[in-house]
Amino acid sequence: MATKTVKTRHSDRFGAFGGRYVPETLIQALDEVVEAYAEASDDPTFEEEFRALRADFIGRPTPLYHALRLGEAVGHPQVYLKREDLNHTGAHKINNTIGQALLARRMGKKRIIAETGAGQHGVATATACALFDLECVVYMGEEDVERQALNVFRMELLGAEVRPVASGTRTLKDATNEAIRDWVTNVESTHYIIGSVVGPDPFPRMVRDFQAVIGREAREQIIEVSGRLPAVVVACVGGGSNAMGIFHAFVGDSDVRLVGVEAGGEGVDSGRHSASLAAGQPGVLHGSLSYLLQDGDGQVAPAHSVSAGLDYPGVGPEHSFLKDSGRAEYTYVTDDEALSAFHRLSELEGIIPALETAHAVAHVMSHADAYDGPIVICLSGRGDKDVAHVARTEGRGRLL
Amino acid sequence: MIASVFARRGSEGRAALVPYMTAGHPARDATVTLLTELADAGADVLELGIPFSDPLADGPTIQRSSFKALQAGTTVEGVLSDLAAFRSRRDTPVVLFTYLNPVMRFGMDRFLRSAVDAGANGLLLTDLPAGADRALEDAVIESPLDLIRLVAPTTPIERVPDVARGGSGFLYYISRTGVTGARRELRAELAGEVQAIREAVDLPVAVGFGISTPDQAAAVGAVADGVVVGSALVRLLDEEGIEPGVDFVRSLRAALDG
Repeated sequence: MATKTVKTRHSDRFGAFGGRYVPETLIQALDEVVEAYAEASDDPTFEEEFRALRADFIGRPTPLYHALRLGEAVGHPQVYLKREDLNHTGAHKINNTIGQALLARRMGKKRIIAETGAGQHGVATATACALFDLECVVYMGEEDVERQALNVFRMELLGAEVRPVASGTRTLKDATNEAIRDWVTNVESTHYIIGSVVGPDPFPRMVRDFQAVIGREAREQIIEVSGRLPAVVVACVGGGSNAMGIFHAFVGDSDVRLVGVEAGGEGVDSGRHSASLAAGQPGVLHGSLSYLLQDGDGQVAPAHSVSAGLDYPGVGPEHSFLKDSGRAEYTYVTDDEALSAFHRLSELEGIIPALETAHAVAHVMSHADAYDGPIVICLSGRGDKDVAHVARTEGRGRLL
Repeated sequence: MIASVFARRGSEGRAALVPYMTAGHPARDATVTLLTELADAGADVLELGIPFSDPLADGPTIQRSSFKALQAGTTVEGVLSDLAAFRSRRDTPVVLFTYLNPVMRFGMDRFLRSAVDAGANGLLLTDLPAGADRALEDAVIESPLDLIRLVAPTTPIERVPDVARGGSGFLYYISRTGVTGARRELRAELAGEVQAIREAVDLPVAVGFGISTPDQAAAVGAVADGVVVGSALVRLLDEEGIEPGVDFVRSLRAALDG
């Protein structure tokens, strides 16, 4: 039996949301992560190493790109894309996995587990584990293994083991259940690199902090190029890590609107969607209290989205807080609107966005005139992984 | 009620037997009959699982039983109504075992009132560890139900009194890290750990997670106040049906009475 205990120094909540609703087995492990993260935050050598890896390995800062042809198409002269797709591995996810892998090394953990939906977080975790020589196991729903075959092979190339999850809806929710079960079982040797601002404390605030570099850079960049703060910052929201990452630096700028775009799937009225904030009620899943898609008996309702990375019935607790406090606004776009934006951005700007990211782009395509001033879109990831899936969706047969 | 059952068994020098079953499994209409037969087979306390769609503390066996029970239409209301029907037949104490979300959706206060009315004696919420949510914990503590607390092998011994605070009935010691599920071997350190917990708290200690044979039950019963058997029983009920499951519980009773 373990013999050490620590006190939480931070609040584990965002208003009423968040918390640590986990089996007792994990409490000590969460205390260890809290303590290690607090120590790392106070240690200049941690930030120094992290900063160097962000510059040399991830490739930061990422550009803020003035998308003139997109702007022309939507009738707005100032649409900017924060190019997280240009990060190493092609998405914002690596900002977090490098930070957590550094933390795992400080904690002396040799084994890493992760969940993944679209595979972007799995690839980013496998990459960090290769870099730091850590054993890596990634849980992925069977349905996602099928629709994101390319990313499965990428993870394997990087030395990770991908474990398909056949339970439940065979998507991100079930991969997360299975990763938590692994952690409960192997807690002493293993660190769980959660991929979004979800899960028990300290994950939502720690993942936000590791992603906050997106907003810090974007805020400086937009001031530099336009001489002012943006009118609005737009990001897609599944669990919500790219959105929290870009929102965080702007939360104190009360004139900047923050808009999160959820996956409306086949329409919120159809019941086949992933819009937890638009259509869910507060509930507990995966260790925290947040908006949740559920039925009248408290059973978690299946989510749906054309994009595997948004196909999740929950959402990060800080988004629930920002919604209820009114600081951020949340809306949704449908599968069809996202697919259309996927094509339009590719044709207009030569940038194929991830299907997740295409949701944020789709919102701006239909609402640009609502914003009087610069629009910053978090271009959270590139769409190479989605090309084969979109081709199949559109009846172009099997490319891969 | 639960405490007095443990006290009676303790005075006899025997461990209490605590079988777990998932409500609505192996069939939606089997719950009342199965509870009754398990009571008659020698259960001292019954753990009745209210199924949840995402049972992240459970292994494959109870994931499957939960899934099947939900597919068959098991609801919180339905479980409580089955419990009330059982209560009119037998007095054996029942601990409701579930996850927080179905209870929160039902409404904690309404759930507690309904559970008491249906004849429940205790409540175990696997994802409500001590200190996670004082308001919800206090609601259970102030209700007539015993709040059954869990201690894990990873729980620091200094935390054990905090875990036990507000807990009553018995303390449930998870005998290994991991999700629920039958295991072949028991760990050698178990006796010492149970002894350390007993010294830290003033509650009977029941041990669960992985007990799958009468011999293992007897070995655990020799060092603990109670023995919880879940997945091994649920698997029998799932694969072979009610009678083999009930026979298994009878064999556990015989082993503990040894």
